[in-house]
Amino acid sequence: MNAESLIQAVKDRFPQAAEASHAYRGDATVIVHRESLLELARTLKEDPAFQMNFLMDLTAVDYSAFGTKPAPAFFASSGVAVRPSTSIPDKDPWPGPPGSARFVVVYHFFSLTLKHRLRVEVPVEEEDAEVDSLTSLWGGANWLEREVWDMFGIRFRGHPNLKRILMYEEFEGHPLRKDYPVNKRQPLTGPNN
Amino acid sequence: MTSRLGEAIGWARKFSIFQYPFVTACCGMEYMATACSHYDVDRFGAGLPRFSPRQADVLFVVGTISHKLAPVLLRIYEQMAEPKWVVSFGVCTCTGGFYDNYATVMGIDTIMPVDVYIPGCPPRPEYVLDGLLKLQAKIQTQHASGERPAPEPRPEFSV
Repeated sequence: MNAESLIQAVKDRFPQAAEASHAYRGDATVIVHRESLLELARTLKEDPAFQMNFLMDLTAVDYSAFGTKPAPAFFASSGVAVRPSTSIPDKDPWPGPPGSARFVVVYHFFSLTLKHRLRVEVPVEEEDAEVDSLTSLWGGANWLEREVWDMFGIRFRGHPNLKRILMYEEFEGHPLRKDYPVNKRQPLTGPNN
Repeated sequence: MTSRLGEAIGWARKFSIFQYPFVTACCGMEYMATACSHYDVDRFGAGLPRFSPRQADVLFVVGTISHKLAPVLLRIYEQMAEPKWVVSFGVCTCTGGFYDNYATVMGIDTIMPVDVYIPGCPPRPEYVLDGLLKLQAKIQTQHASGERPAPEPRPEFSV
């Protein structure tokens, strides 16, 4: 299925779950409530119409600082990248962050048999940062969800072993949250460096 | 002051460097290139890496060290018998390099004494050999007991 028909198929199957959808740059994206995530994922994996047997990636985004800082110095100082001219209209503009929630958990599904892929985004509020674990469907979700917990502090309900995977147990905080200070160090040995 | 015996011991030590390569990152490629026949580090008596710190004289720290790894590196260093030397290989081990984040140790000299710094990202084999020669000169001039001489005063930098 191509991006548009894939989105339509998901919407037909889960009319109440899909908050929004877009096919920015040809990538099918569906934004769903977290309550329907597990059911949607099971259908995507097991339904013959989808057959998404491969969880390619599972990550998260912290949108809390989105749009609050000037454009990256990348464009200002380097001659390599050129900012797209505003006089050339973008026929397919980026739809922006999905909703006002601070975090978004992003899933990339792929079907090895049907060769189509779908991105599922699940907005998560900061106060109740928890979504259902997909470890019961894809074993590979285990370490990916531990990484998201480690870096963003989003919990996964039903995960068999939700502990830090990259940082050490003594580490305090979640370093990829935008409010984690860039210069903060938590050394295990030696002076504060 | 070095005696004639001290000189002889220093000469023997500097041409029988048994190194422990603590290789964690891309600098390992240049380390391997230096160790192989084209640059032939065996010309300087440093051709036999030992993979036990208890048999090694020089700790080559090759590549980025994270805070999670730092206790392991420190333990390796403490397991080495005196006299021992440390070579900081690559800019990540010298200063942290381009990493400035929650994960990376900003130079291994924050956790252990370092004898020779070889900056570069990664350093070329010629640069490594130059660092090795500087280490040999340092070993030669050290007292026979293996005691470290006082470090040379560093030039003041102004930014």
